[in-house]
Amino acid sequence: MSENLFGIHGAALEVRSKRMGVLASNIANAATPGYKARDVDFAAALDAKLAQGRASAPALSAGEDAALLYRTPTMASLDGNTVELNREQLAFAENALAYSATLSFVQGKVNTLTRALKGE
Amino acid sequence: MSDGRPVTLFNLTERAMSAQLVRMNAATSNLANAGSVASSADQAYRPIRAVFTAEVDRASGLTSVSSGALVRAETEPTKRYDPGHPLADRDGNVFEAGVDESAEMVEIMESARQYQNMVQAMQTAKQLMLETLRSK
Repeated sequence: MSENLFGIHGAALEVRSKRMGVLASNIANAATPGYKARDVDFAAALDAKLAQGRASAPALSAGEDAALLYRTPTMASLDGNTVELNREQLAFAENALAYSATLSFVQGKVNTLTRALKGE
Repeated sequence: MSDGRPVTLFNLTERAMSAQLVRMNAATSNLANAGSVASSADQAYRPIRAVFTAEVDRASGLTSVSSGALVRAETEPTKRYDPGHPLADRDGNVFEAGVDESAEMVEIMESARQYQNMVQAMQTAKQLMLETLRSK
């Protein structure tokens, strides 16, 4: 139902939200020795999400896990930590903006629908 | 996880902030003890360091952080010849804590920076969550 209503945007919003969590985890672990920074491959995660919606199987998260990749650091640090705060900040900002954009698409859909229901 | 509650972005931020606080306190303690003197190498103050560990939460996919243990750095104290010192040993030496003040200051600055970064990320995330909630 929600997939028909919002199209790709419902799934995109979920993936954006998940990516926000992953990036926040990286920022939280900026000083943890041996921590490997991760990021979500957005296109792959979105495809997996859409496939999961079509198959209507809730336990199909293998594709989503495959979309969670490790970052390659520009310069490796001595303690094995691969978080680079500037990159994480940039990715976080980009993701927040994209989340906002997706959210406004969803809101637009909802507005259209409410207007149609009210018959204004 | 440590307390059985599901990990959200807010608790992730909370844990990251307390971990940074421990780290900052450790560095501040080292600074406070810089220049402290003892009468033997064993009694001299050794700087402490907070070592973080990552905590993976499978259910939410978030990785929070905790300051696992405070470790004493094996920095040898500096031996100084000062026979007039009340704590001087039989040979007239005192042992000064091996604290590198500039390194500690840098540690505090880095910790503060990461703390700020986490708070900023949390604020952005909260803003987005509120926007999502308010949409009708």
